[in-house]
Amino acid sequence: MLSRQELTDIIRIFEPDAEFPEGTQLLEVIVPAEKIFALAEKLKSDQKTAFNYLINETAVDFLTHMTVVYHLESTEFRHLIVLKSILSDRENPAIDSFTALYPTAEYFEREIFDLFGIRFNNHPNLKRLFLEDDYGYPLRKDFRDEINIIER
Amino acid sequence: MSEEIIQDVIIGESEDYIINLGPQHPSTHGVLRLEVCLKGETVKYLNPHVGYIHRGIEKMCEAITYQQIIHLTDRMDYLSAHMNNEAVCMVVEDALQVEVPERVKYIRTILDELNRLASHQLWWCAFGMDLGALTTFFYGLRDREHILDIFEESFGSRLLHSFNTPGGLMHDVHPNFQKRIKDFIKYFREKLPEYDQLLTGNIIFQNRAKGIGYMSKETAIGYGVTGPSGRGSNFSCDIRKIAPYGVYDKVQFNEILETGCDTFARYKVRMAEMWESLSILEQLVDNIPEGDFTAKMKPVVKLPAGEYFRRVETARGELAVYVVSDGNKNPYRMRFRTPNFSNLFVMNEIASGYKIADLIAISGSLDLVIPDIDR
Repeated sequence: MLSRQELTDIIRIFEPDAEFPEGTQLLEVIVPAEKIFALAEKLKSDQKTAFNYLINETAVDFLTHMTVVYHLESTEFRHLIVLKSILSDRENPAIDSFTALYPTAEYFEREIFDLFGIRFNNHPNLKRLFLEDDYGYPLRKDFRDEINIIER
Repeated sequence: MSEEIIQDVIIGESEDYIINLGPQHPSTHGVLRLEVCLKGETVKYLNPHVGYIHRGIEKMCEAITYQQIIHLTDRMDYLSAHMNNEAVCMVVEDALQVEVPERVKYIRTILDELNRLASHQLWWCAFGMDLGALTTFFYGLRDREHILDIFEESFGSRLLHSFNTPGGLMHDVHPNFQKRIKDFIKYFREKLPEYDQLLTGNIIFQNRAKGIGYMSKETAIGYGVTGPSGRGSNFSCDIRKIAPYGVYDKVQFNEILETGCDTFARYKVRMAEMWESLSILEQLVDNIPEGDFTAKMKPVVKLPAGEYFRRVETARGELAVYVVSDGNKNPYRMRFRTPNFSNLFVMNEIASGYKIADLIAISGSLDLVIPDIDR
C-alpha cells in the first residue's frame, strides 16, 4: 500500500498538470478532461499503482461547471484515489469514456448521460439507462419539473 | 381474388430470435426486463433494461435532511436495509467526527449479521425455487421468520427497520434481544445442515449449477462484481476485512473465497457465509457493553462543506456512499454506488453461450434486488 505522499509523487510524474487539493478525506487528483484517460491508463497498467478496480463513477453539477468523479482502488495494494475532471462547458459537456479500461464504466456512464447529459467519447452504446429520451437531465441543479417536484 | 401470402415460419437453429424475460417474470425477482437473443436454446447475448421502478432517490436526497435520508436507503436494497442505513450514518459520523458508543457498534454489527443471515436465507430459498426445488422455499422462510421476529420485537418493523440514526440507534434494543439471538443461534445451527442435505448434495441441483455462468476473476474486477458473487470468483472484496467498521476488527471471521468461478461456487460462498455470520453473532452477543444507545447529536445535522466517501459490505456486495456537502442541512449531492447495479450488468458477459434455462440459474446466483439497481 502506497502512502498518500508516494501516490502524489507518482501521479505528478505521470501527469504534470494534475492538481492535488489539500485537506480532503481521500487523495484527490484533478486532471483536465482531455488527459484523464491517459492518466487512468497509466495508473492501471503501472506495476506500483495497479488501479484495476473502478468502485464508482459519478458526476456533480455546480451550476457553473460540472465535475466527473472516479473512485479507483487497487485490489492488490488496497490504495484508493479520487480522480476528478472539471467540465466548464455545461451546454455540451463531454469527456472520454473509461469503458475500454473498466467494463463497469459502460453502465456508470450511461447513468451519468441519462441523469446529467454528459456525453462520453468512444462509448460503445451511449443510450439513456433509466428515463425516456425526451426527459430532461434531472440531477442537474437547474432541472425543473413542475408536476413531480414541489419547490419548498 | 385475393393473393395468397405464404409466410415461412422459421423456428430453431437457422434464425436468431429475441425474447423478453420480464418485466414481470418470477425469476427476475423484481421488475427487470432482460432482452435475450437466442439461437435455438442458446443465449447469444442479452441486454438488461432497467428503470421500471426508478424513484430518483439521489435527487430526493438533495431536498431532505440526513435523518430523513436513512428512511429512503431502506428502500434501495430492502433485504440489506440495516447495512444501507449504517452506510449513511457512518458518512455523517465521519464528517462530524462523532465517536459512537461501543454499545452502538456492537449492536450495529450484530444487526448487520442478522440481516445478512436473513438475506442469505431468502436468497437460498428463492434460488432453490428458481431451479425447481419448491421445498427450499418453505425451509428458508421458516427460519427467516425467527430473525424477523427478533427485528419486530426490537424495532417494530420486520423488513425496513430504519433503526439507525446518525450518532447511534433510534432507541435501545428490547430486553429479550440477547436471549432471543442466543436461542436463534442454537436453533439455526441445527437447521443449517438441513440446507446442505436438501439442496447442496442434490445431484439434480449440482448438475444445473456446476460449470454454469463462468466468471473469471478479471471479469469480476473489471465489472465491479462484489459481495458473494465476486468472492465466488476468488476476488477478495470483503469491506469488513479491507476497511473494518463497527466491531469487525474485534471478531474472528474468515473471508470466504471460492475458486470455482461458476454458479455453484457463488452458492457455496453464501452457504459458508451463513456459518461465518453465526460465528460472528456468537462472539458478540454475550459481550454487548452497557452504555448509551446514541452519541450526543445536535437536532439539526449539518455536515461541514466537503466530500465524504464511505463503504460498507451489504449482503450483496459493496455499497459506497459519496456525499458532497455545501454546509447545509441537505446534501448537495448524494451518490449511492449500489452493489446490484454492477452485479447485474456482468450478466451479458457470463450468460452468453449457455442455455436459457441456465440463465435463470445464473441470475439467481447473482442474487439481484432490483430496487437497488434503479434507486
